[in-house]
Amino acid sequence: MNLKNGNKFIHIVDTTLRDGSHAVSHQFTREQIEAIAAGLDAAGIEYIEVSHGDGLGGSSYNYGWAALSDEEMLKAASGVIKKAKLTVLLLPGIGTQEDLKLAIDCGAKAVRVATHVTEADIGEQHIGLAKKMGLEAFGFLMMAHMVPPEKVVEQALLFESYGADYIYIADSAGAMLPEDVKARIGAVVEKVRVPVGFHAHNNLTLATANCLAALEAGATFLDGACRGLGAGAGNAQTEALVGVLQKAGYETGIDFYKIMDVAEDIVEPIMHRPQVVRNASLMQGYAGVYSSFLLHTYRAAEKFGLDARDILAELGRRKMVGGQEDMIIDVAYQLAKKKGGK
Amino acid sequence: MDRVKVAVIGPGNIGSDLMYKILRSRYLKMELMAGIIESEGIKRARALGIRTTTEGIKPVLEDESIKIVFDATGAKHHLQHAPLLKAAGKIAIDLTPAAVGPYVVPPVNLKDLYMESNLNMVTCGGQATVPIVYAINKAAGAHYAEIVASIASKSAGPGTRQNIDEFTQTTAKALCAIGGAKKGKAIIILNPAEPPIIMTNTIYVEVENPDEKAIKEAVLKMVKEVQSYVPGYRLRVPPIVDGHKVTTIIEVEGAGDFLPKYAGNLDIITAAAVAVAEKLAARMLGKEAVV
Repeated sequence: MNLKNGNKFIHIVDTTLRDGSHAVSHQFTREQIEAIAAGLDAAGIEYIEVSHGDGLGGSSYNYGWAALSDEEMLKAASGVIKKAKLTVLLLPGIGTQEDLKLAIDCGAKAVRVATHVTEADIGEQHIGLAKKMGLEAFGFLMMAHMVPPEKVVEQALLFESYGADYIYIADSAGAMLPEDVKARIGAVVEKVRVPVGFHAHNNLTLATANCLAALEAGATFLDGACRGLGAGAGNAQTEALVGVLQKAGYETGIDFYKIMDVAEDIVEPIMHRPQVVRNASLMQGYAGVYSSFLLHTYRAAEKFGLDARDILAELGRRKMVGGQEDMIIDVAYQLAKKKGGK
Repeated sequence: MDRVKVAVIGPGNIGSDLMYKILRSRYLKMELMAGIIESEGIKRARALGIRTTTEGIKPVLEDESIKIVFDATGAKHHLQHAPLLKAAGKIAIDLTPAAVGPYVVPPVNLKDLYMESNLNMVTCGGQATVPIVYAINKAAGAHYAEIVASIASKSAGPGTRQNIDEFTQTTAKALCAIGGAKKGKAIIILNPAEPPIIMTNTIYVEVENPDEKAIKEAVLKMVKEVQSYVPGYRLRVPPIVDGHKVTTIIEVEGAGDFLPKYAGNLDIITAAAVAVAEKLAARMLGKEAVV
């Protein structure tokens, strides 16, 4: 056993039932949510995130209709969770404080308020409400690859000033190399007083490596999803992360066998496709495109007779941010028009 | 009287942009710019030869010749201003989220509101998308309308940022109340890209009768109507009919009066407010406005 990390405790947020929602086009059923949440809870996961992939209020034409309402999803999970903290995602501009209040009524104990990495100030009210209602509040900065470390620090400090208990740096496009992760996490850890976490995407096959880089730079929270189930090429694989962290001398409080069983026996059978790095998601990591755009882009590529990679490259060139799924249609329409010579 | 005298309260970005638009109007006379401190906006107005005050609303109320007042302060202030303006017999055009009076979207419902003493301009997203929802509803019946407004980060001031839920909730309400949809949802995205993106609005409508020809005609006609007062209002993606789902994308480039061109979101609300005032003024003057 590697003792260099002295069994330092790392907090794990499992997001199979939130980021994984993208990979199943938001079609989780009540039975699936109950089985996965119960399994994660029994394996010792500390935070179980459950929401539409785009957060509370995300069910829509733009992001995809969910099979269940926010209320149904959260009640299904809270009904089976005994120890873990039921966590929700909220993107201000999509979800509202009203959505958060409903989530609290359904048993949410923690909320991740997620904004684009330069826009933390649109989340001030939501962090404030969460703290007033006694929740743990995470300030979650998305698409952190798009700006230099100083900018990430500036925005992290804003979230901290609003009362966030934790700051997360999200590589939403799976575009970072380990050195990019270290630079950003290291800079934030140095400047904020609260614990710092990292959310990886595997578009460049670097999710687990980037998680280790984040820990080396001082992060103490990590996100994972069973089988990596998530947007784009998915997230760091929770069960793999637990094994890797054990080997690296960290403690997570999670039972390695049990979490592997949840992944293989409960999550794998309901997956719509293997969570592998296909060309389009590789292109997302390469071009820096928000991971959730993947399946919407496949659909637009088919409808307009285009190569998904061309659409993604153009979205990256235009510097589209999280939530701009509608611009996939715009780009596809314009590319198809150009191709048609009109 | 060849032009109707108006005042602007709140000499910030919106107030200054209003001022430039009013100065171009053939029916409105920019009589007074009211603020509470000696700000850049007050200086700017004075430099253009406009009467200014730093005593707030009081001089506006005391000047009987002023008939129409634009309020570009904040919701809290407009709640105080509204009854005072009404008592003084002035028409208030409210650009704050206070919504004391009914929502107005010029090509949709202004004709029904000529007798109102207080009109609310909804939100920038509402001004950009409600006309399209209204047109589609008339042509095909709207069960549900959902809009995504993407704006440049630089064009979102602290008021919008600190009350972002207000934007989505008010816009969603207007999609139903004025647009005619049975249910509504609004999403706003701030994008910090440089150079700044121009405002883009995606409008999804679930229709009863997906009559593509009728929908396209109605949307094209409405785009022209909005263009009469917002020249930079353009159809980016004409209605795509997919089953019962209709997707339309609109972009709004500002006139660049005071605010930069990318801030079409700010331009469309000031342009709509001035269009409302011009129609009201033309009626006062016994003319039909050609705006």
